Amino acid sequence: MKYRSVFDIIGPVMIGPSSSHTAGAARIGRAARHLFGREPKYAHIHLYGSFAKTYKGHGTDVAIIGGLLDYDTYDERISQSLVTARKNGMKIRFHEEDAHTDHPNTARVKIGDDDGELELVGISIGGGKAEVTELNGFELRLSGSHPAILLIHNDRYGAIASATAILAKNEINIGRMEVSRKAQGEQALMVIEVDQNIDDAILDELERADHITQVAKISD
Amino acid sequence: MFRNVAELVELAESENIQISEVMIRQEMEVKQLTREQVFSQMERNLDVMEKAIEDGLKGVKSHSGLTGGDAVLIQNYMKNHTPLSGNLLMDAVSKAVATNEVNAAMGTICATPTAGSAGCVPGTLFAVKNQLNPTREQMVRYLFTSGAFGFVVANNASISGAAGGCQAEVGSAAGMAAAAIVEMAGGTPSQSAEAMAITLKNMLGLICDPVAGLVEVPCVKRNAMGSSNAVVAADMALAGVTSRIPCDEVIDAMYKVGQRMPSAFRETAQGGLAATPTGRELEAKVYGISLKKE
Repeated sequence: MKYRSVFDIIGPVMIGPSSSHTAGAARIGRAARHLFGREPKYAHIHLYGSFAKTYKGHGTDVAIIGGLLDYDTYDERISQSLVTARKNGMKIRFHEEDAHTDHPNTARVKIGDDDGELELVGISIGGGKAEVTELNGFELRLSGSHPAILLIHNDRYGAIASATAILAKNEINIGRMEVSRKAQGEQALMVIEVDQNIDDAILDELERADHITQVAKISD
Repeated sequence: MFRNVAELVELAESENIQISEVMIRQEMEVKQLTREQVFSQMERNLDVMEKAIEDGLKGVKSHSGLTGGDAVLIQNYMKNHTPLSGNLLMDAVSKAVATNEVNAAMGTICATPTAGSAGCVPGTLFAVKNQLNPTREQMVRYLFTSGAFGFVVANNASISGAAGGCQAEVGSAAGMAAAAIVEMAGGTPSQSAEAMAITLKNMLGLICDPVAGLVEVPCVKRNAMGSSNAVVAADMALAGVTSRIPCDEVIDAMYKVGQRMPSAFRETAQGGLAATPTGRELEAKVYGISLKKE
């Protein structure tokens, strides 16, 4: 069952015109923003497939940048997001790519500032639903049929325990979990698919946990 | 969790409850929310739909200039004439058009089930409202009933134009609306299923061929026709007409038609109306002006 909630069907509330090209795009941008943890100083957006061909007409560009400014799909400030972001000093470039991708609506988002950089690949799968398929070179394999969260953490003992303890306390059952790292003792990430909905309060709690640096919901 | 329309109807009829109630209870269980939380979230969606119709009836224009203003034309016509197809039908049509015009103009809408097909459910709701005088609660229930049928289509077939053509988007939306009209008018759960089946049967094969790839031409008018299809099918079902092919088999047929549909007809702007001489001309005009590099 790919769709689990009536609000996947009646919803989301969003700025038009396209649930996949606008709302889904905003959610990709916002996932990047949440994982980066702050407003970036530069953004290079690579668009593939249908995104590359029709992004202007669909407002895919303003939607992704709106997401980077932490706007939700229904935030009316989305239409002015390019202006706002530039006023804040964000350097923005869009690249239309010809390369073929597995999914017709794919975006590669590279954002950063003096202190760090993040690169994420997101796909928009229809009806406003979006999924992150790659983060900082880590390929994420999600079933798509369960809510999923992504945590960037330091590769230390206790990091995984501190995250799972919070989920257990909130009576959230883990269906699938994957942990990967670039090198021992460096940045690592956890992808956790769960059976219950995860609200913002739990995400905040996870973000404050030991060794966890960033948290984002990547599928709901 | 119901997996198909037969199970949905069975759940409702065995417990003697409405389709909307089955959907509400399932949502409470899946998301572990209270009835009030689920209900108020849907009520917020209803508020968004109402506001979008209001905005559209004041007149909007899209950035490309391809769509806008038709909802106003239809409402003015209704003031000065008696529409041949009847006031309720044209009211539904104008409100569906209003919603999709607001969507094309980058206004705020609620996707039902997608943005491109967002007009059918609210358009019909706010038209039948004038005749059936529902409570606010019944209006919210209308959305749960629509959602229940859309839920089955999304999980067993598709609600994406890129995957299944327009039949999957406006076809699904129109079928969802027809089922919800029946419930609001006092019909039975199986009559809702018949209305959905009759509607979707008549949208089978509809391709997704947006001019310039934009959610404008012919999407806005497809929502108009989807809405009228829904109202007519609901009336037929309420009259006792049944579909010879059961609803679940119609949904499955829609899925299989979508799978065999060439990609030119699945939201790529390469076939159908998008590939007509005028479609191509409009495309060149839209992108000639606005697709400059940043």
